[in-house]
Amino acid sequence: MDQIQQRILEEVADLHGVPEGAYNIRTDGETASRSTTANIDIISKEDGSGIDIRIRPQTRNESVHIPVVLSRSGLKEVVYNDFYIGEDCDIVIVAGCGIHNCGDQDSEHDGIHRFYVGKNARVRYVEKHYGEGDGRGKRILNPGTEVYMEEGSSMEMEMVQIRGVDSTERNTKAELSAGARLVIRERLLTHGSQQAVSFYDVKLNGEGASADVVSRSVAKEDSYQRFDSRITGNAPCSGHTECDAIIMGNARILAIPQLEANDLDAALIHEAAIGKIAGEQIIKLMTLGLSEAEAEEQIINGFLK
Amino acid sequence: MLTLENVSFEVQAGSGQKEIIRDMSLNIGDHKFVVITGPNGGGKSTLARLIAGIERPASGRILFGDTDITKMSITERANLGISFAFQQPVRFKGIQVIDLLRLAAKKQLSIADACQYLSEVGLCAKDYIRREVNASLSGGELKRIEIATVLARGTRLSVFDEPEAGIDLWSFQNLIRVFERMRESTDGSILIISHQERILNIADEIIVIAGGQITRQGPREEILPSLLGTASAVDACGKFYQEGERA
Repeated sequence: MDQIQQRILEEVADLHGVPEGAYNIRTDGETASRSTTANIDIISKEDGSGIDIRIRPQTRNESVHIPVVLSRSGLKEVVYNDFYIGEDCDIVIVAGCGIHNCGDQDSEHDGIHRFYVGKNARVRYVEKHYGEGDGRGKRILNPGTEVYMEEGSSMEMEMVQIRGVDSTERNTKAELSAGARLVIRERLLTHGSQQAVSFYDVKLNGEGASADVVSRSVAKEDSYQRFDSRITGNAPCSGHTECDAIIMGNARILAIPQLEANDLDAALIHEAAIGKIAGEQIIKLMTLGLSEAEAEEQIINGFLK
Repeated sequence: MLTLENVSFEVQAGSGQKEIIRDMSLNIGDHKFVVITGPNGGGKSTLARLIAGIERPASGRILFGDTDITKMSITERANLGISFAFQQPVRFKGIQVIDLLRLAAKKQLSIADACQYLSEVGLCAKDYIRREVNASLSGGELKRIEIATVLARGTRLSVFDEPEAGIDLWSFQNLIRVFERMRESTDGSILIISHQERILNIADEIIVIAGGQITRQGPREEILPSLLGTASAVDACGKFYQEGERA
């Protein structure tokens, strides 16, 4: 791995070297290194389209890192990663993609992740996107995520994209069985002429299933964001979705929270708020000695924390 | 330390201008505890905002020490040594109490130091240090945190705009003690806008403002007796029972 690739790896996975536990590091379209453990196996798909990650039942306190780095201009790839998480597991999965594009051609990574979460398993999933490089070529990331949750399982997903990615179309689908619990936290900052679209489709199919899908975002300059979140309650369940956005400059934001109740005891809530930074907030921080620009930065940092 | 010379301030009202502060001059000395009181709508909060730089005067000069700060921004005044506690503290999503105290102190305050400031305003520090300064805090809690940020700054002049506004009677009793302690321990000058008798009671000087002008000014012993029983010096309990009777 060269220095650029190493730096991007740090950005997306907080990795300063080889991670502990199982990992698969993909750079410029190829697997750069891989490690498996007694409980976690990583196997390349036969057609070369991606990897299968198999986690044995009862695996606890282990982690899987699957970062992707693109540093060559003009590289476009679609990768399928399938996670099979056994019953009663308690694991952390760190994904993430960083693009360094100094060239004039677009670089694009479309990662399709499918999660099959076994009964009573607990998963924490962290995904970070990052882009850099001063070429005219665009940095494009289109993540697709499908989550199938068995009874009593729980999954927390943290999706972060702060700066640098020109275009993103995020598609996330989830189906929850009885007692399953899904928490999604999306944090997004767009600037320049970036576009970011997020679509969530969560189906609560079993009794006692619950979902909480929350997005906090900041749209600066001429960027555009669309947050489209749909929760369907097909059983006695509870669901909440929220979009809270700060708009700045000439940015545009469209928030479309949607709820569909197909059961009398489906309790569903949505909230959406878009607004600029309150003048009083800036004034308060200025009375503490911060400049207007510093105040704005603090407010945004806090909001996206 | 702070001098206002012939300061006027007006706002657009209908087709004309309405004067909120009229040709006001005053001087706040070093190490003084000064309370500004007077009827609602008399211009007290506007005066505080003019001192902090949130509003700019139409005419006149404001001096801080020997420095003319009339045209200075809020930030410049803050960095010169003026602090301002809002009547209605601002809420921030995601910013924690510790973050706000660190911004106020302008250094990487240790948790123990930050806790010290919270304890001084009567908050159990460990319960609050990681709380977000958002809508989950009550009016009284926010007010104390606001005051703690001013304490953390430790500036030459601290201005408090109606610290009693929006808090319940029980919190108010504790708040008085905060100001009493501050009066003992601070090096700088304190300027408080208040209607509360117990705050007026610990003032070195009292300034009464009505109709945008200073109507009376002098040492507490001189001014307070004439204010007692008026709306400018409300006895918190008296007000509480009066309102109870009305209800």
